[in-house]
Amino acid sequence: MKGQAEMKNKRLPGLFAIPYVLWLALFVILPILLIVWYSFTNTNQYLTLQNYRTFFTNGTFLRMSLNSFWYAFLITLATLLISYPAAYFLTKLKNQQFWLLLIILPTWINLLLKAYAFIGILGRQGLVNHFLQLFGLGPVNMLFTNFGFLLVATYIEIPFMILPIYNAIAAIDPALIQASEDLGASKWQTFRFVLWPLSRAGVESGIQAIFIPSLSLFMLTRLIGGNRVITLGTAIEEYFMTTMNWNMGATIGVILIAMMILVMLLTGNKPAHGRRMHHE
Amino acid sequence: MKRLMIAVGAILLACLALWGASLKLTESSVASGGKRLIIYNWGDYINPALIKKFEKKTGYQVIYQTFDSNEAMYTKINQGGTAYDLTIPSDYMVTKMRRGKLLRPLDLERIPNRKYLGYDFLHKSFDVKNAYSLPYFWGTLGIVYNDRLVRRGSIKTWDDLWQRRFRHNILLVDSARDMMGMSLASMHHSMNTTNALQLHLAKAKLDQLGPNIKAIISDELKMYMIQNEAAVGVTWSGEAAEMLSNNRHLHYVLPKPYSNLWFDNFVIPKTAKNPAGAYAFINFMLNPKNAAQNAAYVGYASPVQAVWQYLPQAVRRDRSFYPTQKMVKKLMVFKDLPPQMVQKYNDLFLEFKMYAR
Repeated sequence: MKGQAEMKNKRLPGLFAIPYVLWLALFVILPILLIVWYSFTNTNQYLTLQNYRTFFTNGTFLRMSLNSFWYAFLITLATLLISYPAAYFLTKLKNQQFWLLLIILPTWINLLLKAYAFIGILGRQGLVNHFLQLFGLGPVNMLFTNFGFLLVATYIEIPFMILPIYNAIAAIDPALIQASEDLGASKWQTFRFVLWPLSRAGVESGIQAIFIPSLSLFMLTRLIGGNRVITLGTAIEEYFMTTMNWNMGATIGVILIAMMILVMLLTGNKPAHGRRMHHE
Repeated sequence: MKRLMIAVGAILLACLALWGASLKLTESSVASGGKRLIIYNWGDYINPALIKKFEKKTGYQVIYQTFDSNEAMYTKINQGGTAYDLTIPSDYMVTKMRRGKLLRPLDLERIPNRKYLGYDFLHKSFDVKNAYSLPYFWGTLGIVYNDRLVRRGSIKTWDDLWQRRFRHNILLVDSARDMMGMSLASMHHSMNTTNALQLHLAKAKLDQLGPNIKAIISDELKMYMIQNEAAVGVTWSGEAAEMLSNNRHLHYVLPKPYSNLWFDNFVIPKTAKNPAGAYAFINFMLNPKNAAQNAAYVGYASPVQAVWQYLPQAVRRDRSFYPTQKMVKKLMVFKDLPPQMVQKYNDLFLEFKMYAR
């Protein structure tokens, strides 16, 4: 009896994994393999490296990759600059759950609706311009500008940055901050050597949650950016939907995946303790 | 252990049920005898009252599904598993589908109402003998402007768009073939050119338009023009018709020297299960009264000659929407280009979008 029960326990974890393994194989691994396969073939199903050669020798693609990286970087930076202080002050407030709810609330609204709302706000006849006209300032172009695009993208991503940072800061024992202040550290030193290192995990997951999807934004680039901002996402959409060259589209997809892995590695779990020791 | 088996079983069962349901869905729209007619059309491209009328008259049950691009429609039919009885591709796509052996030849004898079609709209290059297609709607590519921001009648040619006065005030439609075609037409080159030099010149000319461009968008263009967001928009005639009916300051121009003439056409895919129903439907839609009702709703121009009698005076006289025969003769229909050429057009257009400043 006993032996049987032990056997059961040993085999169980493996068996429990079956549905998940099936799921991962069918809906994660297989599609990625298909994309990789497509990227290494041409439209006649011949194996070739031509797609990659095209990508890396074509100025347009390289410029587009740089563009994608640059805009993703700006969006992430703007979001971080707004979210970190916000998350910090959030931990000092009384009804934290209530304020958190208010921050999460916009994520319940469909992205497309939010984009259209911004069209109404930023347009020539929009709210902002009406407001400016009260002070005699002429209509300002905000829609279809880089500024407008960054503004909307940042607005949409902010909750995804605040949440992980808030969780990280909330988990810090307040005694540590007090100790640091008691021992004579300035406000800046407390932040630099106590708060920041201890909340870095939150910042890192926030950056990953924003930078990676921002790399392949394409709907906002058209709706708010008016196609004046072109990223790799735009190119993928075109190759799949218009020219039906799925192979080249898949190649860009694979390169995007590679870029994302790179970002993961750069922001991922570094031996943070060792680094800190070094600074001191 | 038992619970686990039940869990795995439940997942497998759910998968199986979903699979079965999806099969059933396609099948139910396939089988069930000749009483169902599955139509695959562009979104918002038919007067819904006509479907009701057709159902009442013939007893067919119409299942109406929509697509938003020729390419999406092509992919879906090409991959199989569908049973559309009727679909409405544009001109070049008719050629592509015919080459892909996706179309059933039309038996014109079964469509007596084809006699109402204007001769100018038949025997076009994409299907010279109308062996596979009959026109549903046609239209042009042109310029919409707002008379509060642009003097009336001051835009006549494509080249006018390049003037400095339109700085940051033009909306373009996000379509490689149309925008490259516009630039080619402005230089009196063929809108179907495969000449690399001409294409590069066209792209260079588009680049010069850069400072005038406010945005390159798709369906939203309609909304922005109605809201007076920009002075000028380049778009298709039917879209323009809808804008004009919502904002009386807007006007549509068919620019010189020439523009694109396009057709959306009835075709019956190879996979059709109810061709008899499809023929009945084409016949029904070509009836002048129905065609007029449809044209009034959709806003594009009907190839059915007799529709004229039913159109309001204002529309009939508007040469931009119903150009004269002489004007139509000058217009150019897009040809189905080989994939490398389509790629070339799109690559150049993407490059233009990247650097358009």
